[in-house]
Parts: sequence; structure tokens; C-alpha cells
Amino acid sequence: MATSPFSVTRFRVIFSICWLIIFVDHVLLLRWFGLSWSMAIVDGAINDALLIFACLLVIMMLHYYLPQKEKYFHLLTWCLLITVIVILITKVILKNIYASNEDYIIFFNRSLWVRSSLDFLLLGCVILISVIWYNWQEQSEQEARKQDAEKLSKEAELFKLRQQLQPHFLFNSLNSINALIGSRPQEARKMVQQLSDFLRGTIKKEEHQWVTLKEELQYLQLYLDIEKVRFGHRLATSIEYDESLDELKLPALLLQPVMENAIKFGLYDTIDEIEIILKAVREENNLVITVTNPFDPETSAPKGTGFGLQSVQRRLYLLFARNDLVSTEAKENIFTTTIKIPQA
Amino acid sequence: MSSKVIIIDDEPLARSVVIEYIQNFPDLVVSQVCSNGYEGVKAIQQYKPDLIILDIQMPKINGFEMLELIENPPAVIFATAFDEYAIKAFEAHAIDYLLKPFNQDRFEKAIKKWREQKNNSNSEKQTKQLLDDVSLTAPQNQRIVIKDGSKIKIIPVQDIFYLEAADDFVKVFTKEGYFLKNKTMSHFEQVLDASQFVRSHRSYIVNLQQITRIDPYEKDNHVAILRSGAKVPVSRTGYPKLKAILGL
Repeated sequence: MATSPFSVTRFRVIFSICWLIIFVDHVLLLRWFGLSWSMAIVDGAINDALLIFACLLVIMMLHYYLPQKEKYFHLLTWCLLITVIVILITKVILKNIYASNEDYIIFFNRSLWVRSSLDFLLLGCVILISVIWYNWQEQSEQEARKQDAEKLSKEAELFKLRQQLQPHFLFNSLNSINALIGSRPQEARKMVQQLSDFLRGTIKKEEHQWVTLKEELQYLQLYLDIEKVRFGHRLATSIEYDESLDELKLPALLLQPVMENAIKFGLYDTIDEIEIILKAVREENNLVITVTNPFDPETSAPKGTGFGLQSVQRRLYLLFARNDLVSTEAKENIFTTTIKIPQA
Repeated sequence: MSSKVIIIDDEPLARSVVIEYIQNFPDLVVSQVCSNGYEGVKAIQQYKPDLIILDIQMPKINGFEMLELIENPPAVIFATAFDEYAIKAFEAHAIDYLLKPFNQDRFEKAIKKWREQKNNSNSEKQTKQLLDDVSLTAPQNQRIVIKDGSKIKIIPVQDIFYLEAADDFVKVFTKEGYFLKNKTMSHFEQVLDASQFVRSHRSYIVNLQQITRIDPYEKDNHVAILRSGAKVPVSRTGYPKLKAILGL
């Protein structure tokens, strides 16, 4: 959200000084037209106070609703409308105060047109300045986000590198292969193949690339097969989804860290056999993926989102500018991670 | 005379490769293979092995936490795939470790080294120092693992009410009563987060989250009343420390 120009002290000072000058001019002008000091001041004060109030209102409104470029004529309408309201209220108040002074009423009616146009111009200026301010704010915010995105993509690359290497996973897999070579060479060969395919997948795919659910799940299966060899009967996984979802798209390599998190969490938090379940469904225009794993609520400190999930969340934020796409829930001894991927 | 060996690793293939290598040593007998620290503790008590081959990352309690639960731990050869911190700790204490995957030669070297040091009582001290060192780091300092009879209890530090010194042990008070841990008060003072736990007395460390009020007690002393109703003594030197951290 852009900040209001009033959050800047200098702006507040300038705003106040300008209004002071306008007010003094207003009074002096009325005085020049022959009004008494008191009348000039009351007239000026009421008219300008209402106008200041209108300006503040407009600045606030623009804070929450900044029209698109092609809708700028809306602003003109606002400006006109607010001017009319300000003038009407001024008129009612002043005519009430000076009801018995006919000269003043005549003067007021004659000055109506000049007053309105001046108010309109002033209000127009304020609107123009705030539109420029808010646009500039938005732009610098976008700039910051872009820079952030670039920085994050660098981090993501680093993370990817680490993913490729995932030392713990890699060395343990090699250790399993080492064990298989002696006893079951055929299986050792198969695992070498799986590990190579998995690593190739991590290298080949770009962070920003989109893949179909089918491809992503095939890739995920490689990872799961390796983990299953490592952990044997302790780890069971199931993937439940309808083939009609095959062609839905998601960012490449998004699911593997989620699954990895679930496996780590599940396997190291209990000593029992565990089952990790991945479900994919379509909800409205979203691909919704839930991953569940068991955990021990008694000994696990509430971890929130682990590092793996954080990176998933950030990636989705960069793509959709939304922070609500990753959510987690711990219920009894089941931990559920839900990921939504909006479909174009 | 043959020596008894226990293998503790959560990955079946990792265990089988060690079994395979051990078969080349006729004098080494594998008493049992265990797939986690819980089984490990039991097996070590039952068989009193001469050597354990121990993985570090394991379910529930890791290799270090498991060793803490054993009174006179046997000689250990650690086997780990990748654990930057553990490796630093091993090197700092000159303890032998195997990096997975390791081959027969490397394994033989480790066994040879173990045989050389077998009669050297120094190794037990080294292991102890290693454990002290390791327990200062995350995630070990987020929880305390305690043996309660035949059960193993994992206590997240935020669940601790207070600690009380009891000879060579420390009583760890929680909502389920107290558990004994064979560590010193100064060890806990080092391990626990100083902004959460304060040594209010020579024999007491209290969890600040649990304090409801502090009352005067006898002449110079105070007593902290916890949410559970327990009263924890606060000494003359402990009081200003508590006050400073609580911002009183």
C-alpha cells in the first residue's frame, strides 16, 4: 500500500503554509472588495476550511482508490462535484450568519462564479499533485518489488544449486547405492539411473519455467523412489489425483521441496512407519495441492513453515504477488501443507 | 576374545553396508542392529557393547542425544553423510568419524584406531566433552532429552517450569512433575536462552514465562511464584538479575 503524502513532514509543512497564504490572500481580496475585516475573515475561514477538508478527503480517497489512466475524467467529475458541494455549504452557512446584511448577500451571489472557479482550480491542483504522488509511490514500490524479485531470483538460484547438491540427500543416496552394489547390483544400477535423472531434472529446469502437473509429478516420483530405497518400509507415499488435471500448469520444481519437507518432518519426528499423501484437485480456477504427513504434537515445537516451505511461498509471491497461496495446518498428529496455484 | 558391536542407523541399507564390512573381522560380533535411538538405548543397556557405530540424524532423538542418555557410553564411531557442525565438533575433539559413503579400507582404519585406543580411558572423556559441546547448538538446545525409567522423554525448553540442582543431577520441573538429567547447573545456564531462563539462585534456574509475581521472603531474599503455584527461591544476587530482565 502506498503511503499517504501526509506521512512526510515536509509535505505537511508545505500544505499548511500554502493554505495559510491562500487564506490571507482570500481575506485581503475580500477586504479590497470593501468587506469589513470581520466579514472577510469569517468568509475566508469558512470557505477555506471546507476546501481544506475537501482536499484531505480527496487525498484520502485517492490513497485507497487511484483511477486507471483511462479513467482520469472521473477525477474531473469528482473535482466538479466536490467544488459544488463546498460552495453550497459555504453559501448556506454564510447566508445564515449574515442573513440581515443585504449588501453582503448581493456581493456573495455576484462572487459565486469567481469563487467556484477558484475553488475548482485549487482542488484540481491538489488532486493533480496527489495523483502524481501516488503514481510515483506505486512506481517506486514496483521498482522495489522488481529489485526484490531480482535479488530473490539470485537467491533462488543459490537455493537451486543447494537443492542440486542437497548434500545430505545426495551422500545418503550414494551410501545406499554403495550398499546395493554388494548385495543387489541390479537395484544399484536402477538407483544410479534414478538419481541421475533426478539431478539432471534439477539442473535442466529453470526457476521461472512452467510445467504441467503430469511432468512435475513424474519428476517427483523419481525423488520419492530414491527416498523409498533409502528408508525402506518406513516410508510409504501415495499420490491421488485425477488424470483430467494432467495439463494444469505449475512452476517447475515447486513440489519437491514441499514433499521433502513433509518427509523430513514425518520421518524424523516419529519412529513409526509413515505415509505421506499428496492430493491434487482443481478448485475454481486454482490447482490445489495438499501434502499430509504425520508428526508428534507433543515434542515438535510449532515450526510454522520450514525453510523449504518458505522458499515455495516466496516463489509464489514473486509470481502472483499473493501471500495466501501456501498454508499449513497441524491437527492432532497430522500436518497438512496446502498450496494453491492460480491457473491462467 | 570377541568384541560386541551395535549398529545404530535409521537407513536399512546404511546398516547393511556396515554389517558387510564387519564380517571381515572375525573377532567382532554384531549384537544387534537398531533403527533409532530408542532401540539403541535399550540394546546398549542389554548387551553392554564394546563399540557402537552410530548415525547422527535419526528419528526423534539424534545420535548425540541418544549418547547423553547412556551412563557410561561405550566407544563410538560416528557415521554421517553430511553434518557440517558435527564434523567440526568431531575434529575439535579428535574423535574418529566415517563420512558416508565410506569404503572397506576407511572402515578398517577406524576399527584399527578404536583398537589402539581401547585401553585408553581418555576416549570416554572425549566423548563427554563432545556431547557438552554439541548440546550448546541448535536444535539440541531447543529441547532436553531425558530418560525416565525405561521411557525417553523429549521436553521442549519452553515447557520447563524451573530447574533445581540435586547433587550430580539437575531436576527439570515440568507440568508432569520433575525429571532428572545428569548435567550441571552451569551447563544448563549456558545452554538455555538467557533471555528466557535466569539463574535466580545458586541451585535454581527459572523460566521467566512462568513467573506470575515475586514476593519478599525472609530478610534479604525473595521468592518467585510460578503459574503452577510452585515457589522458586531468589537469592540476593539473583534478584537484581531477575529484575533487570523482567524490566522491573
